[in-house]
Amino acid sequence: MTFNVRSVGDATVISVDGQLIVGNRQELKQKVLAELERGARRFVIDFTRTGYIDSSGLGILVSLSRSIRQERGDLRLASLNDDLRTLFELTKLDTLFEIHASVRDALAE
Amino acid sequence: MNPRAAVLELPNDISAIETAVERAVDCCTTARLARNRLMFNFRVGLTEALSNAILYGNGGDPQKRVRVELRVRSGEVRARVTDEGKGFDPDAVPDPRLPENIPRPDGRGIFLMRALMDEVHYNELGNSVTLVLREGTPAAP
Repeated sequence: MTFNVRSVGDATVISVDGQLIVGNRQELKQKVLAELERGARRFVIDFTRTGYIDSSGLGILVSLSRSIRQERGDLRLASLNDDLRTLFELTKLDTLFEIHASVRDALAE
Repeated sequence: MNPRAAVLELPNDISAIETAVERAVDCCTTARLARNRLMFNFRVGLTEALSNAILYGNGGDPQKRVRVELRVRSGEVRARVTDEGKGFDPDAVPDPRLPENIPRPDGRGIFLMRALMDEVHYNELGNSVTLVLREGTPAAP
């Protein structure tokens, strides 16, 4: 499981390859907060290659969303498969996050 | 098929969860559940049970251990996860879907287990949870 960080224009895109779970959530948090510290404000998390997310993974996304908003930034989620999208719907976190069908869509709007 | 049983013993370490879940999935392939139910519902449900056991049940104590007992038969998997803690009342956990709880970063683990598995049972003490997933029943997604 890895988190790849890349810049696309003024946005920072982080892809989650594998699982986002209790065992690696702090690694994602550190990567995003490091970019926030460097001045990045637009974030897209790309779930194209994500197998599953547990409640700790959802929790770290909630926590990061709050940190980014406090710095007047923006966090968007992209490319969730049907199972992952259902997870956000079940927990009603789809009301908290801006979810896009693809990274391209997330960057375009 | 005859029922198949397996036992996994884990150290009380969250870094052990992913490997344990993959070993459990390997044991359960003979149940012939639909792929996404095994690879998504079961993985998430078992991950939640293990992280609750390690972080809350055993309180992060590295001296304690977590036991997973698997029973697999055609169309059904059962996983019992037991920690060495004092237990808790799972019904006292608030609903994470309430508007005031949605912005909270925590409190979704038990809800997800119940939403994704067909049955979730705790023992009386609250330190052992049994997850049941079957084929052809409507656990989300």
